[in-house]
Amino acid sequence: MGALRTGTVASRPAVGRSGLRRAEARAGWSFIAPWVVGFLVFTAVPMVASLYLSFTEYDVLRPPRSVGFENYRELATDPRLRLALWNSFLYTALYVPLSVALALGLALMLDRVTRAAGFFRTAFYVPSLTPTVAVGALFLWVLNPSVGILNRALALVGVDGPGWTTDPAWIKPGLVVMSLWSLGGTIVILYAALRNVPRNLYEAARIEGASGWAEFRHVTFPMISGAVFFVLIVNTIASLQVFDEVYTMYFGQMDSGAGGSAALFYVVYLFRQAFEFLNMGYASAMAWLLFVVILVITLFQLRVSRSWVYYEGR
Amino acid sequence: MALAEATVPRRRVATHAVERREKRVGRMVSRVLFIALLGGVTVVFLAPLVWLVSASLKTRSEVFSGGWLPDPVTWSNYVDVWRAAPLFSWLRNSVVVGLLGATAVTLSSAAVAFGFAYFRFKGRDALFGLVLATMMLPGAVTMIPIFLIWNGLGMVNTLVPLWAGNLFGSAFYVFLLRQFYLGVPRDLFDAARIDGANYLQMWWRVALPLTRTALIVVFVFEFKALWTDLLKPLIYLYDNALFTMPRGIKTLIDRFGQGGEMQWELVLAATTVLTVPLIVLFFFGQRYFIEGIATTGTKG
Repeated sequence: MGALRTGTVASRPAVGRSGLRRAEARAGWSFIAPWVVGFLVFTAVPMVASLYLSFTEYDVLRPPRSVGFENYRELATDPRLRLALWNSFLYTALYVPLSVALALGLALMLDRVTRAAGFFRTAFYVPSLTPTVAVGALFLWVLNPSVGILNRALALVGVDGPGWTTDPAWIKPGLVVMSLWSLGGTIVILYAALRNVPRNLYEAARIEGASGWAEFRHVTFPMISGAVFFVLIVNTIASLQVFDEVYTMYFGQMDSGAGGSAALFYVVYLFRQAFEFLNMGYASAMAWLLFVVILVITLFQLRVSRSWVYYEGR
Repeated sequence: MALAEATVPRRRVATHAVERREKRVGRMVSRVLFIALLGGVTVVFLAPLVWLVSASLKTRSEVFSGGWLPDPVTWSNYVDVWRAAPLFSWLRNSVVVGLLGATAVTLSSAAVAFGFAYFRFKGRDALFGLVLATMMLPGAVTMIPIFLIWNGLGMVNTLVPLWAGNLFGSAFYVFLLRQFYLGVPRDLFDAARIDGANYLQMWWRVALPLTRTALIVVFVFEFKALWTDLLKPLIYLYDNALFTMPRGIKTLIDRFGQGGEMQWELVLAATTVLTVPLIVLFFFGQRYFIEGIATTGTKG
């Protein structure tokens, strides 16, 4: 693209060229100016400030007081923090593989639908449009141990459903079920990737005698592995930061007993430290720990991906 | 959809009639199983929403014990929640924040994306790398300092912090829109230049109309994000009348939960009011919406 442009510009006299260049650079900078300003004000400066605050004790009312590494030392010993981190990890470890596998299965189904494809696509997608607070309010009911529709459905097949919202051991699985209900976005991404697989690859595979599983393993999956990797990373980052639904369901002006501990997720705890207990310094240290955790996990996934993600023409 | 099956050349192998019939039966069985599975999944996905709307029309005792259809149909829940809470203000605030924020982010991200896609200048690619890098940063890192900034400006407990940040573009949308601009043939812009258009006119008259689909995607995405958001309203809003819908519904749940008697039929009516407009919006923008997710997903 750039080469084409240089061709037209080069035919002008030299003086005009550098003038044009400067005009172009000026125009470019003015177009990106909003982002540059926003980056400085809402990202760069806050990052520095957050790092600074993480070494202080700060409650907004009085000026920050430097405490050295105290907050970070506390991170290592705070049992609530360990609980929150563990809860978020467990939830993520359950949710991410399940969501990607399930979404892939459903996308494969959608890919095969011959009639009323639009209807089924919409049906699968609409739940993910439901606002998170609504999902939280709704699933307090869906998951209700005695009258919820999930346990009523389980009763139909003779299963005595667990206390999804009351039994500490079942609260996280319950939240995973809730999140799985809204995996429409993931389905759509994988579905789009499936539609983009060149059909002649399937013909070739069939001529070679591949069918069913072999076809999926050698043709379909390599071709969509880029999209699978994308949703894997995005879902991991998002589920480590889950907040809205959990907060709606289990936290109020009065803390509910079971939910208070089994549903204490990382960002929920961070939010409470910052805005309920006004421990802004400690919360800032927590935010940086989260950043490091996400960074490490993402880099790890990138590294592992080299062995299974196939990039066309690379 | 049927294309795949139609274009696959049938292998011309002489098959016995019996074998062929067995194959046909087998295909029919798998077809029936497939349709049953598809139907089952559809029911599972739609059931909670159907239950939500249905329960919002039930009496309190029926919410707990009733079946799928409300009997009697109790429209008064909507009137009662309207009386119990400033639902109109909440809705208005949500609409204001959604429209302002989505418009702001669409225009600013489009401008920035155009800057990155069309112009060449020193440091451009490094800066664009920085745009991408910011997508990795968890919101929690900047959350507290940004709160302190708005607090310093005296904007806490106003709607401004909920949308004004959108005036500066958003990394994800800049990335998305830049992809679209790179797909527009450069000649189109150069032709406009030769016709005497300045850069601003090129953006407004050529770039924006050509990428209308992408702009709608960004707008709908962001409107959904703002309409749904709970965290920011929790941080920035204290006055009941200033709440957005999600924040309002959360207080309803807390208030009733605290008072002992949970008025679920009212909470569910408010939840329906929060949910249904978004689904209606989706039905109108459906094609763009799914295309947009597809584009971001696969070209990411």
